[in-house]
Amino acid sequence: MFDLDLWREIFQSINKNRTRSLLSGFTVAFAILLFAILFGIANGLKNTFKEAFGDDATNVIFINSGTTTRANKGLQAGRKIQFKNEDFDFIKDEFGEKVEFITGRIYRNVNASYRSEKNSYSVRAVHPDHQFLEKTKIKEGRYINQNDLNNLTKVVIIGRLVEEDLFSKTTAMGKYINLSGIPYKVVGVFTDDGGDNEERLIYMPISTAQQVYGNNDYIDQINLSYNPELNYDQALAFGNDLTRELKKRFSVATSDQRAIRIFNLAESSKRVDMMTFSLTVIILVIGFGTLVAGVVGISNIMIFIVKERTKEIGIRKALGASPRSIVSIILIESILITAIAGYVGLLVGIGVLELAGPSLEAYFIKDPGVSNSLVFGATITLIIAGGIAGYVPAKKASQIKPIVALRND
Amino acid sequence: MLQIHELHKSYPIGDSSLHVLKGIDLSVEEGEMVAIMGSSGSGKSTLLNIIGMLDEADSGDYILDGLTIKDLTEKKAAVYRNKFLGFIFQSFNLINYKTALENVALPLYYQGMKRKERLELALFHLEKVGLAEWSHHLPKELSGGQKQRVAIARALAANPKLLLADEPTGALDTKTSHEIMAFIQQLNDEGKTILMVTHEEDIANMCKRIIRLRDGVIMEDTKVNQVRAEQYV
Ligand SMILES: Nc1ncnc2c1ncn2[C@@H]1O[C@H](COP(=O)(O)OP(=O)(O)OP(=O)(O)O)[C@@H](O)[C@H]1O
Ligand SMILES: [Mg+2]
Repeated sequence: MFDLDLWREIFQSINKNRTRSLLSGFTVAFAILLFAILFGIANGLKNTFKEAFGDDATNVIFINSGTTTRANKGLQAGRKIQFKNEDFDFIKDEFGEKVEFITGRIYRNVNASYRSEKNSYSVRAVHPDHQFLEKTKIKEGRYINQNDLNNLTKVVIIGRLVEEDLFSKTTAMGKYINLSGIPYKVVGVFTDDGGDNEERLIYMPISTAQQVYGNNDYIDQINLSYNPELNYDQALAFGNDLTRELKKRFSVATSDQRAIRIFNLAESSKRVDMMTFSLTVIILVIGFGTLVAGVVGISNIMIFIVKERTKEIGIRKALGASPRSIVSIILIESILITAIAGYVGLLVGIGVLELAGPSLEAYFIKDPGVSNSLVFGATITLIIAGGIAGYVPAKKASQIKPIVALRND
Repeated sequence: MLQIHELHKSYPIGDSSLHVLKGIDLSVEEGEMVAIMGSSGSGKSTLLNIIGMLDEADSGDYILDGLTIKDLTEKKAAVYRNKFLGFIFQSFNLINYKTALENVALPLYYQGMKRKERLELALFHLEKVGLAEWSHHLPKELSGGQKQRVAIARALAANPKLLLADEPTGALDTKTSHEIMAFIQQLNDEGKTILMVTHEEDIANMCKRIIRLRDGVIMEDTKVNQVRAEQYV
């Protein structure tokens, strides 16, 4: 295998018969190029799906309240349901081990100012767990903590774009910003992959907001993520249990769809997962298909090459070439051509994806790329494929009878 | 050098078979120079190929240099061909993408000789046939006579005991044929045993012994007075 002379023989044969080598390489390169592009596109589709849900945790349940549409247990229709701290605690106590993170939310719109800069923003008053549910990334400082909740501290964590808007000349950390007349200390700046809107938010401790905006213990919405170890069916069951318990707690009719609304992401993420799964299967089928086509292609060409080289092989045998050395020559040549051509195809494919990538976003194809591990895997596969492709031709070559090869016609 | 006894060979043609060699008895001593003659299709090449282990006989004995040649594996045959035999063909059979030097060095490669050594030795043999300046030319850049000289150099490179030539002058004009024959005679003078198939009487007369094949048997086997080729060059 590491016989330098053998490699020299093979390189000479490839090099001196360039057209032949190029032609046989072309099929493989083309097959792999096609595969890389198809793979990239499928990957891009996958990314689009992922992105639609990927910003936030996928195991999330949102609980909203509204007004009742049916009379129940002597209570009239049209009653407004309002969550309070005790309901939040109830869920925590009742479903503790099934809950991963849980937070309440209060929404407010505020006019914010720092010195002469003013703008209006949405405020979300939340529990510390909110950071993990929203996948908020802390750029500087910290997020809301339990201490804030206990002491009703007047602190805020502002989005990157809020800082940009209001603190164009300086940094926000440690400064006080004025939210509708009340000063709050900026203790953190965050970023979020969810887009500009998500970075134009202000977070504050939920207890602070309850005191400032009404001196009550109301909660607008409760978000929670369920234990990731739950499977889909368990997650769906958990959502149903939650709905039933809350309806009982607020004396809401089981058939009332408006009073308490629970949105369980498990339902839609199951669909997304199905989709990604079928895409993966399609990719694998396409990949396998192209690979088989490539192997068959190069195998045919190698058989043709062996035919064309019959005379040469006959001469070599007459001069004392062992069958083994003939097999090595053909096999290694096949592997080299397959691997090199396949690699070139792969690189070109990646290049095409890189170039075309941005313009494909309109077709729901985001970041159509090919990963490093795939490139590595593909290289190994190509070498094996080259070996398989070269085996039959090499065997054929070694069985050539010199007498037949050397006949004059 | 070699002994052949009751050698038979037939080729299948469709359902029937063509009996080409029908019991050949032949023995050749070391240092002989033998011409094999006969009409076209009489089995000259078949006999030479069997002697060269490029083909196998159906029955009969063949002993080369004391070794019984029978039921050889491909691997063994490759070793014997490389060690004992040098081939010269009518159509030269050089590898077209290799230079003259590389062609001559090829049998040495299959002997496992190191690159530097084998190129040196190959150049020595090219010099011997007068083609040192052409060592880096491809076969297509050489004339027929030059190509055959490269082929002779290649056949000699591995220092074989027996040189087999199938119509070595068949593709050459008279003058070049005589040049090539002069070379071959010189090799014979140096002690190489040579077996050569030819159609031409005057070429055959440049050997020391003529064997005539007919209907698959040796019809005539005569020693001749060698005509030297130099006088025509
Ligand atoms: N592989 C083969 N299969 C079938 N028939 C063959 C084969 N090789 C040779 N023959 C036949 O055997 C006979 C002898 O062939 P061979 O090549 O030995 O003749 P030759 O004496 O060398 O003739 P020439 O002077 O034309 O070269 C011919 O009739 C030929 O057609
Ligand atoms: Mg013949």
